[in-house]
Amino acid sequence: MFRIPFPIPRLGPGFRIVDIGVILSVLSILYLIVFIASGWSGDIGSIEIDLSPSNLPYYALNSIFRIIVAYILSLIFAIWYGYTANKSRLNEQIMIPLLDILQSIPVLSFLPGVTLFMIALFPGSRIGLEISSIILIFTGQVWNIAFSYYNSINTLPKELGEVANIYRLSRFQRFARLELPFSAIGLVWNSMMSVAGGWFFLMACEMFILKDKDFRLPGLGSYIHTAADKGDISHVFYGLGTMVIIIIVLDIFMWRPLVAWTQKFRFDITAGEEERESLVLDLIRRSTVLEKIFNNLTRLSEKMDRLLEIEWKGSSWLRHLFKTIVQIFIIIILIWLLVKAAFFLSGLKIDALPSILKSTGFSLLRTTAAIILAAIWTIPLGVLIGMNIRAARILQPLIQIVASIPATALFPVIILILIRIGGGLDIGSIFLMLLGTQWYILFNVIAGASSIPQELREASKVYGLHGIRKWRVLILPGIFPYLITGFITATGGAWNATIVSEYVTFAGMTLTTPGLGSSISIATASGNFRMLLANTVAMAIAVVAINRLLWKRLFIMAQEKYRLE
Amino acid sequence: MNNNVILEVNKIFKSYPMSGGRKLSVLEDINFQIREGEIVSILGPTGAGKSSLIRILAGLAKPSEGEVLYHGVPLEKTSPNIAMVFQSFAIFPWLTVVENVEIGLKAKGTPNDTAREKAIRVIDMVGLDGFEEAYPRELSGGMRQRVGLARALAVEPEILFMDEPFSALDVLTADNLRNEVIDLWLEKKMPIKSIILITHNIEEAVFLSDRAIIMRHNPGRIRADIQISLPHVRNKDSKEFKFLIDEIYSILTRPAKEVPFLLKRERYQFIPHAKIGAISGLLELIHDKGGNVDIPVLADDLSMEVDDIFPLTEAAAFLEFGEIKQGDILLTERGKVFAEADALKKKEIFREMALSNIQLIKQIVQVLSTSAKHRMSEDFFIEILENYFTEEEAWNQLETAIDWGRYAELFAYDYDAGEIYLE
Repeated sequence: MFRIPFPIPRLGPGFRIVDIGVILSVLSILYLIVFIASGWSGDIGSIEIDLSPSNLPYYALNSIFRIIVAYILSLIFAIWYGYTANKSRLNEQIMIPLLDILQSIPVLSFLPGVTLFMIALFPGSRIGLEISSIILIFTGQVWNIAFSYYNSINTLPKELGEVANIYRLSRFQRFARLELPFSAIGLVWNSMMSVAGGWFFLMACEMFILKDKDFRLPGLGSYIHTAADKGDISHVFYGLGTMVIIIIVLDIFMWRPLVAWTQKFRFDITAGEEERESLVLDLIRRSTVLEKIFNNLTRLSEKMDRLLEIEWKGSSWLRHLFKTIVQIFIIIILIWLLVKAAFFLSGLKIDALPSILKSTGFSLLRTTAAIILAAIWTIPLGVLIGMNIRAARILQPLIQIVASIPATALFPVIILILIRIGGGLDIGSIFLMLLGTQWYILFNVIAGASSIPQELREASKVYGLHGIRKWRVLILPGIFPYLITGFITATGGAWNATIVSEYVTFAGMTLTTPGLGSSISIATASGNFRMLLANTVAMAIAVVAINRLLWKRLFIMAQEKYRLE
Repeated sequence: MNNNVILEVNKIFKSYPMSGGRKLSVLEDINFQIREGEIVSILGPTGAGKSSLIRILAGLAKPSEGEVLYHGVPLEKTSPNIAMVFQSFAIFPWLTVVENVEIGLKAKGTPNDTAREKAIRVIDMVGLDGFEEAYPRELSGGMRQRVGLARALAVEPEILFMDEPFSALDVLTADNLRNEVIDLWLEKKMPIKSIILITHNIEEAVFLSDRAIIMRHNPGRIRADIQISLPHVRNKDSKEFKFLIDEIYSILTRPAKEVPFLLKRERYQFIPHAKIGAISGLLELIHDKGGNVDIPVLADDLSMEVDDIFPLTEAAAFLEFGEIKQGDILLTERGKVFAEADALKKKEIFREMALSNIQLIKQIVQVLSTSAKHRMSEDFFIEILENYFTEEEAWNQLETAIDWGRYAELFAYDYDAGEIYLE
C-alpha cells in the first residue's frame, strides 16, 4: 500500500500536525454552514444573481451545501427504503416496482408539487424555496442509492445471515455490523453517480419558471443560468470553471478517500484487484483526534444499540398489529393517489392524446439516436483503454475529469455553436443528451474490456484472431454484460435529460423541439399541471417498458451466457 | 460419559412445497438423542438433507413435522447456548479477528472489557495469538476457520454445531485443525458438552466422533447409528480404525443396487452425478487392479472423499459395469469388456447399457423418436423431473442424462436453443 513519504511530527502526547488541520477544517465547515443558513431568512423577491466573479465563492458554497444536504437526506431515505423493502414480501412487491417508476420520473415533474407546497408553508420566505430546491435535488439522487442498498441486502450470503441468527445479533447490530458494511461499496459508487446527477440538474433546480413566475436562488446553477440567459459566454465559463474545480476538490477530499476506505468492505476475500489509494485517507488515518472521535462514536452506537434493544422488546402482537395498520394505511394512500390522478387526467381533452403519443415517439427516436451515437464512439475507445494498460494510464484520469463536468453547464456554449451553424434543436438536442449519457457506456465498456481474462486474450492471439472475428468472438461477448448495464443507465439518463435538452433558454430566446421533455418543461413553466402529469406518466411508461421489454431480458441473457469466470 | 440427554429429536420431517401442490421430502422420520459428553457426526452423501437437519437442530430452520427438544423444552428459535462453525467460515471480512470473535459476546450484552478479554483468551486457545488485529483477508483458509471456531468457543456454548467445517480446507490443514479440535475437547478447556459434526468424509467422522449417524439420500433418512468407542486420539493406521471405515463404507454403499428397483414405481430413478470420463477412468483403474477393489482403499489412492467417489461407484453399478459388495467394488463381465475396449467400442457398450438401465435416457429417446421434428425443448423434461426432484436437482439430473446420452450418441443437445434432438 501507498505510504506517506515523510514522517508526521507529533506535537505532544497523542497529537499531530494533521490534527490541527482536522480541527481547522471542522471549524471552518461549521462556520460556513452557519454563514449560509443565515441567508435563508430573506425574501424570495429580493434575490438577484450578480454576475461579478467575486460572488462565485458564495454561490458555489450555496450550491455545495444544497447538494450535500440533499445527498445526506437521500442516503438516509435510501437505506430506510431498501431496508423496509427487504423486511417483508408484501413490502417488496409494492416498493420495488414503485422504485422502478419513481426512477423514471424526471426532476421537473416533482417541481410544481414540491415548490407550491413549500411556498405555501413558508409564504414569501427563502426557506421554502431552499427546501424545495433541496427536495428536487434529492429526487434526482435518491432512487439508485435505494436500489443499490436493497440489492446488496438481497444478495447477502446465506451463511452470514445465519451467523447473525446463531449469535443472536440484535436488529441494530445486524444492520451496523453486517448489512451496512456489506452494502458499503455499492453505496459509495452509487453516491458518486447520484451526486454527479445533482450537478447535472443543478441549473434546473436552482432557477426555474413555474406558472409564469420566476423563481431563483443564489447558487452556481443559477449563476450559469443567468449568464446564459444574457448570452454572456465568458461568465458562463467562469461558472463552469468554478464547478469543475469544486468537482475535482470533492473528488480528492471526499470520494477518493471514501472509495479507498470502502476497500475494507470487499466481500470476496481473495480478490486480486489492485488496491485503490488515497493520500487524503492516509493523512486522515494519522489523526489522533479523529480516532478518538471515532472511538467515542462506536461506543455511543453500542449504547444506542442497548437502548433500542429495550424498545424493540415490546409486545410482539402489538408491534405486529401496528405494522399491519401502517401497511394498510400506505396501501390506501397509494390507491387514493392513483384514483385522484386518474380523475385528474380524465379532464384531459381527447385531442391531447395524439400529441402526447407523438411527443413520446419523437423523444424515443432522439434517446435511441443518442444511445447509438454514444455506443459508436465509446465502444471502440473503451475497448482500447480497457485492453491496453498504457492507454489506460494516460487517458483514464483525463476522461474522468471531462466526464465530471455536468453537461448541462455546457449547453449554452453548444447552443451558441448550433445557432451559428444554423442547426435547430431537433437534432441538436440529441447531442445535448449524448453529452450527459455517453459516459455511463464508456466507463462500463472500459470495466468490461479490462475484465476479459488475460488467457483468453492470449489464446485469441495464438490462434491469430483479429479484425472483425476478434470482435465477434472475444471482445463483444466479453464486454456484453457490462455494455448492457451501461445501456440501462444511459437510457434512463437520456430520458431524464430530455427535459433539459429539448427545451433550452439562451440569451433571452427559448429553443424548443417537440418531445416529452419539452412538453414537461412547457407544462411546468405555464402551470398546466394536467399536461405535466399526463406527459410524466407517458415518460414513466416508456422508460419502464423499455427496461422491462428490452434491457432486463438482455441483462438476464448476459448473466447466463456471457459471464466470464 | 453420562446419560444426560441434551437434545432430543422427535419424528422430524422436512419437505419443501413444489409446483403443482406437490411436496418434495428432504428429511423423513428422523429420531435420535444427543447426550452429554459425546461428539456425534452426521454422515451421508450429498442430498441426504444433512444441512437441513443441522439447521433444524440449531434452531435456524423449522421442521415441517416433529420437534426438537432442548433439555426437554421445544426449541423454537436459536439459543444463546448453541454455537455453529460454518463450511464457508462466514466471518465478516470488514471486522478484525478480535471483533469477529467478540460478536456473539457483544450480542449477549457482555461489557466491552470483559468481551475483549474473553475473545483474546479464546484466540490464544485456537492458536491465533498475534493476529488479534488482523483482517480476515490477511489470513489463510485454515486460519480463517480458526476464527470461526474461536467465535463459537467465545460464547461458551453447551452444544457446538460444525457444518462440514474442514471441507473447504486442503488436506493437511484440515488434518491439523481436526487434531486441535480433538485436543481442545479432550483437555476440557471449553464448557462444551457436545459437538455435532456434519461431514461427508468417513475418515473424519471415525477420527473425531463417538457416534456416527449415517444417512441415506433422496429422501434423507437415518440408516444406521453406530457407536465408535475407540479411545481418543485415534490411530488412523490401526486395524480397528480401518475396520470401522470399511464398515461405514459398506453401510453407505449397500442400497446402491436396490435403488433402481425400489424406486421404479413411486419415485423416479435418481442418476448419480458422474461424468463419463470419470466413470470410464474408474473402471479402467479397477480393471488394472485385478477387477476387485476395496472402495476406501480406492478413495485413498485417488485422495477422493465420499462425495466424489460415490457417484462413480453408484453409476458403475447402475450401468451393470460393477457390483458393490461390503465396501468392495468388483467388475462384471461387461465391465471388463468395457475397460478393455477402444473408444468406439466403449461407446457402443455404453449406449446399450444406458438404454436398458437409465430411465431418463430411455424416456428422452422415446419422446424424441415419437415427436414429429425429433426435437424437444429441455423444459419439457425439466417439467417431468420437477414432479420428483427440486428444480436444482431436476437440472442436475437432466444435465447428467444429456452428458451420458451425448457420449452414447443417442441424442444431441443444442445449448443456445435449449433443445435436445435426434441426430
